[in-house]
Amino acid sequence: MVFLKLAIKSLQNRAFATTLTVISIALSVALLLTVERAKRAAEEGFTQTISKTDLIVGARSGPLQLILYTVFNMGNATHNISYETYEKVRMNPAIDWTIPYSLGDGHRGFRVVGTNQDFFKYYHYRGDRKVTLAEGQEFNDLWDVVVGAEVARKLGYKLGDRVVVTHGVTKGEGILQHDDRPFKISGILEATGTPLDRAVYMSLQGMEALHIDWQDGSAPSPDKIVPHNKLSKETLPVQTITAFFVGAKSRIETLKLQREINTYKEEPLLAIIPGATLSELWNGLSYVEGVLRMISWMVVAVGFMAMLIALTTTLNERRREMAILRAVGAKSTQIVGLLVFESALLTAVGVLSGVVVSVGLVAALKPWIETEFGLYLVGPWFTRSELLYLAITLVGGTVIGLIPALRAQKLALKDGLSVRT
Amino acid sequence: MSSSSELITLRDLSYTYSGQTSPTLHVPEFRVNKGEELFLYGPSGTGKTTLLEILAGVLRPTRGSVEILGRDLVKMSDAERDAFRAEHMGYVFQSFNLIPYLSVQENIELPLHLSASRKARLGTVDTEMVIRALCGNLGIADLLEKKVTELSVGQQQRVAVARALLGKPDLLLADEPTSALDADHREKFLKLMFELSELYGTTVIFVSHDRSIEKLFSRSLSLESINKVV
Repeated sequence: MVFLKLAIKSLQNRAFATTLTVISIALSVALLLTVERAKRAAEEGFTQTISKTDLIVGARSGPLQLILYTVFNMGNATHNISYETYEKVRMNPAIDWTIPYSLGDGHRGFRVVGTNQDFFKYYHYRGDRKVTLAEGQEFNDLWDVVVGAEVARKLGYKLGDRVVVTHGVTKGEGILQHDDRPFKISGILEATGTPLDRAVYMSLQGMEALHIDWQDGSAPSPDKIVPHNKLSKETLPVQTITAFFVGAKSRIETLKLQREINTYKEEPLLAIIPGATLSELWNGLSYVEGVLRMISWMVVAVGFMAMLIALTTTLNERRREMAILRAVGAKSTQIVGLLVFESALLTAVGVLSGVVVSVGLVAALKPWIETEFGLYLVGPWFTRSELLYLAITLVGGTVIGLIPALRAQKLALKDGLSVRT
Repeated sequence: MSSSSELITLRDLSYTYSGQTSPTLHVPEFRVNKGEELFLYGPSGTGKTTLLEILAGVLRPTRGSVEILGRDLVKMSDAERDAFRAEHMGYVFQSFNLIPYLSVQENIELPLHLSASRKARLGTVDTEMVIRALCGNLGIADLLEKKVTELSVGQQQRVAVARALLGKPDLLLADEPTSALDADHREKFLKLMFELSELYGTTVIFVSHDRSIEKLFSRSLSLESINKVV
């Protein structure tokens, strides 16, 4: 087809402007795709912050609050639940495993979590990934703590370092320091890219030991302090916990189990399905997504403007070319076709390059993005909506090509075979 | 009705540019026979190019009829006129005849790609050979692979003639194609052109303001003698 050849050669002839136009379209398409991919990764990472857990149980409050303080280290529980209740609930035959969580203290801005060995056994995130130790060992001793990857990195901790826990989660040095109860780092967790990296973990007994001699939330007077060496893991009774994670024996029983826990008579409890609550929370944040997408589309529009300008500014110098084509028998509609085809070609090459840039960047930077930003890059390269965006861009570029094309036709008809100014 | 020896008949033709009140062209009657080499002269701005554009079917007259090969161009649609031009005519401009980003050969081939019937006029002969022969006659056979921008003005005009005459069209319209050439080249150029047009049986209408070449044509007319604009 002669117009394909004409379009390609004509674009080659204007290689510099053509290249710039293609680059501007490519970059805008790459941005659009990358934002979409980042959004997908963020959503995936967010809703997969915790996995394989069927229920999260805490004292009765709101589902969002419960998920925020257990999974995201944000906010505080208003009430605790008694250990006795925990013991009773976990006897439910539908329950396979539980992980107790005791919260309330912090360490230099990071949260301290009291839990037990089941945390290492059953806590999953991003599908089937488990919490593993980068170095050291679990908190086997009463005064052992395991720190998250980010805690270790930010505070420069290594195994054996001493840690002082602050009462309440305060940034920097707290007012009430549990400095009479120094802990030692026994392990450092592997980076997970989740809030798990930003907490300090110890045994439930360790958590109790901190507060054994406290009464009504205030530090003991010197005469009432229980000496450090009189405490041991075996003799410390655990009184309360803040929440616990539940793995059901079968998924089908989850709803029934949730209802049973929610209607538990002796203590007001709340059981939530984390997946559902996480999705709900994510949807609440979706306006950010909308804003990002809008910005990407605006960038695409700017790319198109660049193309429109590039094509329109060359029209005047191409009037001679159009007159020659008319003289050898080209219809004025074929002139329109030629210019629309040129825009379509520019857009297609731009879109293709944009795809290559985006895919290349994501592929090359994947490991770095995952560890540095905790973005979880899984799933297909393109979703249907992304393919739709590419199609919209292609059609959009072609339609915008109509503007210079129709102008060229008008000029061609006015000029006839001689270029009149 | 036009007799079989007539190629072109204009009747009561009038053309007024949009936005203007008086016509640029008013031709009560004008005939051209097949095989003629017609020289139309007149100063600039008297409607020479306008007449050529009407004959080429690029402009549609405001009034009157333009019969070429027994068909009235005025009654055709725009697309039909474009197709008619592609099949039956060649056009040579004063200058800048060639598309700069195509090679010489690609420029010459252009009409064949735009019109299947123009290509059919070549018959079964190999296109490449026809072009070589044609360019051989015009003395530009060694330029075929060159870039258009490497050619001199005279060479460019000869390439334009090659393109216009490829496929043996019925009519060659030339709009002062020699005005950029010096006297020596002018005559040589015209002789080459006529050699081929006579060979192909192509009728030539040549407009110019330069009467020094008039004698080379079979008929010479002043535009004022046919254009009755008051």
